[in-house]
Amino acid sequence: MQESPSRFPAMWTTFMSWVDRRFPLTETFEYHMSKYYAPKNFNFWYYFGVLATVVLVLQLVTGIWLTMSYVPSGDGAFASVEYIMRDVEFGWLLRYLHTTGASAFFVVVYLHMFRGLLYGSYREPRELLWMIGMAIFVAMMAEGFFGYLLPWGNMSYWAAQVIVSLFGAIPVIGEDLMQWIRGDFLISEVTLNRFFALHVVALPLVLVMLVFVHIVALHHVGSNNPDGVEIKKHKDADGVPLDGIPFHPYYTIGHDLPGIVLFLIVFCAIVFYLPEMGGYFIEQPNFEEANPLKTPTHIAPVWYYTPFYAMLRAATYPLFGLDAKFWGFMVMAGAIVVPAVLPWIDRSPVKSMRYKGRASKFMLGIFIISFFILGYLGTIAPSPGATALAQVCTVLYFAYFVLMPWYTRVEKTKPEPDRVTMR
Amino acid sequence: MKRSTLLWVLLALPAFGVASTEGNNWPMEAFQPNIRDKPSLQRGTKLFVNYCIGCHSLKFQRYERTADDLEIPHDIFLANLVFTGQKIGELMTTALPIEASRAWFGAAPPDLTMVAKLRGGEWVYNYLKAFYVDESRPFGVNNKVFENVAMPHALLDLQGTPVPACHQVPKVAANGGEVRDPLVPGVAVTEEKCGFIDVVDGSGQLTPEEFDQAVYDITNFLYYVAEPARIERERLGLYVLLFLVVLYVFTALLGREYNKEVH
Repeated sequence: MQESPSRFPAMWTTFMSWVDRRFPLTETFEYHMSKYYAPKNFNFWYYFGVLATVVLVLQLVTGIWLTMSYVPSGDGAFASVEYIMRDVEFGWLLRYLHTTGASAFFVVVYLHMFRGLLYGSYREPRELLWMIGMAIFVAMMAEGFFGYLLPWGNMSYWAAQVIVSLFGAIPVIGEDLMQWIRGDFLISEVTLNRFFALHVVALPLVLVMLVFVHIVALHHVGSNNPDGVEIKKHKDADGVPLDGIPFHPYYTIGHDLPGIVLFLIVFCAIVFYLPEMGGYFIEQPNFEEANPLKTPTHIAPVWYYTPFYAMLRAATYPLFGLDAKFWGFMVMAGAIVVPAVLPWIDRSPVKSMRYKGRASKFMLGIFIISFFILGYLGTIAPSPGATALAQVCTVLYFAYFVLMPWYTRVEKTKPEPDRVTMR
Repeated sequence: MKRSTLLWVLLALPAFGVASTEGNNWPMEAFQPNIRDKPSLQRGTKLFVNYCIGCHSLKFQRYERTADDLEIPHDIFLANLVFTGQKIGELMTTALPIEASRAWFGAAPPDLTMVAKLRGGEWVYNYLKAFYVDESRPFGVNNKVFENVAMPHALLDLQGTPVPACHQVPKVAANGGEVRDPLVPGVAVTEEKCGFIDVVDGSGQLTPEEFDQAVYDITNFLYYVAEPARIERERLGLYVLLFLVVLYVFTALLGREYNKEVH
C-alpha cells in the first residue's frame, strides 16, 4: 500500500468535496471549531465547560454498558449491581467510573457555573445561553436523583422516599401527586422501573439535546472572557476578532487536551483508590438491599444535593396555614432555579468581577461560603444549632440575588478595558 | 430535689440500655485489613466455611472467584472447603432454609457478603470478640458490640467460655492521670471496674492470641469478600495513573507549541 505521498491529499479533497456537496461537513467544522474565534485570554476557569462535556460522554458510555448487565426489578436490581461488581469483566470499573462520574459531573458543573458568576457570562447577549445552562442543571439533578434509586440499596430507597414525599407537602394535590410519581402506595418495583426508564432514556435524551442547544447558543453569541468585554467589537479586515483565536487547534489541543488529561489523573485516582470517597460517593447503608421496614439511622442525600437539602430543612415555620414542609420545598425549589434570573438582576455597568466593586465581590464571597456551609449542614443530622446556622446561610444565599439589583448599581466600578488583557 | 433528680436519672438508665440495640461504649480495637496476606485470607476462608456458612451465606460471591483470588487450587478447594456438594462456579450460599431459620433464631441470619462495608471491618472484628455468657438470653450469650443479638456464639469452642468480669484498674485522677498511693511511691491506687470479658482458662481450643488471629483472619476474609475486585483495582490503578502522567507530559508539551503562536 505504498502510495506516493501526494495522492492521499488529492483523494481526501475529492472525497471531502463529494461529502460537502451533500452535507455541510467542512462548513460545520469551520463554524464550530476551526473558524470559531474564542477570546485569547481564557484562564483556569474555562476548563470546566469542556470537562462537563467529557464527563457527559463518559456517563453515557459507561451507562450503556452498565445497562447491559443491570436488572431493573425489585428482586434483581441489588443483586445485579453486585453481579456487575464481581462477575462482569471490568464491571467494577464501569460502575466506579459511573458513580464517580456522577459526582465529577456536579463538581465541574458547579465550577462552570461559578465561572459564569465570576465573569458575568450570563449578561446580555448570553441570557438564553445561561437559561439553557440552568435547564441542564435542573435536568442533571433529576437524572442524578432517578439514577440513585437504581442500585436499590437501603439509602437509595429511603432517599427516594424522602424526596418523593416532598411533593406530599403541596396542598390539595400533594398526596395524589406522590402516588402518581411512585405509581404505587410506597416506593416499589413500579417506581424502580419508571425511574430506570427516565434515567436511561428520557433524561439522557433531554440532557444531550440541551447540551447541543447550549453549544449552538454559545457559538452564535461567542464566548465571554475573564475581562467581560466583547471581542467582536474589534475585528480585522476579514471579520476575524482581533482578540480571538481559532477554537481549534489553539483551545482544543493547546488548552483543553492537557486540561482533560490533568482532570483524568485526579478522576482516576479517585476511581481506583477512593471510589466510595469515605461514604460521600457511595454511602454505607447502600451496601444493604432496600428494606421498607428498616429506616437508616441517618438519611442524607448525595453531597451534590446537600446545600439544597439543608435549605429544605431550614424552613421550620408554618406560614399562611401551610406546613413548614411545604415552605421548605418552595425554598429548595427556589434556591435551585433562582440563578436563572441573574441576567436581569445584575445592573452593573461591567460584567467581570475584575472590574466590579467591593460590594459585588463581598456578596459573591458570602454566597460561596454559605453554599459550602449549607453543603456541609445537609450531610449531618439536624440539631437546633445546625438548623439556626442553615437558616442564616439560606438568607445569605438568597440575599446575593435579592440585593443584586441594588448593590450592583450603587457600587463604584473600575473602568473596563477596551480590549482583553493577558493576565 | 437533687436526690429525686438523681433517682429519676438512675431509673431511666436501664431504659436507655434496652432501647439501644447497637452502638455503645465498648472500646473498639483497631482493625487493619491486609488483602495481600493470602495465608490469612485462606485461613479466614477455612474458618468461614467451618463456622459461619452453616447459617450465613455469601450469596454474591462465587467459590471459584474465592479460590482463584486466594490462589487455592480448585480440586483442593472443592475437597476441603465446599461441604454442600455445590460446583466450583456456584455462589457461596448457606444450606440453612431462610423461613425455618426465622423461626429458630427470631431473625434470619443476614447475608455477609457486604458486611465489612456495611458495618465496617472494625465492627466485625470487635463483634466477634465481644460475646459473653448471659443466661438471660435464649442462646446463653450476649454481645457487647451488638446488644441482645439473636446469634449464638459460633466460635465458642475455639475461644472458650467468655464470662463477664470486673478488674482492678488504676484510678483516674481529676487531671486525667493515674492516682498514686501517697504512702507507697510509684504504686497506683486501683478501683474495681466491671464490664470486661474474661475467658475461662483452658476452656477453648485456641490460646487468646491464636483466637485473636482467627477472628482477624475471618474479618480479613470478609473484608476481601465485600469487594473482591479491590486487589485488581489497586493494581491496575497504578498503571492507569502512570500512563496518564506520561500522557500529560506529552500533551502539555504539544499544547505549549500551539500556545507559542498566541500573542
